[in-house]
Amino acid sequence: MNKLVSAFLIGGLFGLGIAVSGMINPAKVLNFFDIAGTWDPSLIFVMGGGLAVAFTGYRLVFGQREAPVFESAFALPAKRAIDWQLVCGAAIFGIGWGIAGFCPGASIPALGLGYSATPIFVAAVIAGIVAARFARTRFTQPAAA
Amino acid sequence: MTDFTPFQSLLGGALIGLSAVLLMALHGRIAGMTGILTGVIPPVSSDWQWRAAFIAGAIAAPLLVVLAGKEIPFSVPVPTLALVIGGFLVGIGVHFGGGCPSGHGICGIARLSPRSFVAVATFMATAFVTVFIIRHVIGG
Repeated sequence: MNKLVSAFLIGGLFGLGIAVSGMINPAKVLNFFDIAGTWDPSLIFVMGGGLAVAFTGYRLVFGQREAPVFESAFALPAKRAIDWQLVCGAAIFGIGWGIAGFCPGASIPALGLGYSATPIFVAAVIAGIVAARFARTRFTQPAAA
Repeated sequence: MTDFTPFQSLLGGALIGLSAVLLMALHGRIAGMTGILTGVIPPVSSDWQWRAAFIAGAIAAPLLVVLAGKEIPFSVPVPTLALVIGGFLVGIGVHFGGGCPSGHGICGIARLSPRSFVAVATFMATAFVTVFIIRHVIGG
């Protein structure tokens, strides 16, 4: 099978999962975080189902294959350090998630539903990533002489 | 109010997990939307094509479900300004935090990555606190 067709179908599976699970719905996500109010614990089950399959499946994949089908090697995150960028970044992400009720993985599939709120959020996320990328190259990595 | 949907959520979660496993088995990649999305934002990464295809598929699937006549519950209970501010913070956060719930929460924890455990614990905590403050301190 063509590599791009494969990526399209796997992305489709991801989007279907986001839609079926309820992650696609910001109201549901915000209710998950509102234990003191209109709590909806459904998202625990999303994570449970996702982790059960991914944990088992990754072990099967890494146990049986030296390399993925379409590439010469698995591209796994090399970073190991638990540093301030990780903790502060995650903390800021959580605040934004709590304000908007959307995360990147939910908002991209939600574009397919055609509501006007979604592209506004996605545009803001892209602006944030661009700003952060600029700030990181500008301030944290000294320019090569 | 939103309905408690343990079975659909478990099924949907399993589909997300299956997508992550297939992306690793076939493409050798982590199915984190932050990483995939970042590669198609200019200057695009050299392997932007599979990322664009993944994103196109992720958008097409809910659209097809709706076209097939199934309803997908969707409601945004916050004002537009909250989407803009929240989205901007999400973008900054996922860049420095190296991922979001799909990358850290599913793929990273499934790999037992210590970074992902720290990231997930941190962003869940700040999200709970943020929603509590907005709904019960400011809005309460």
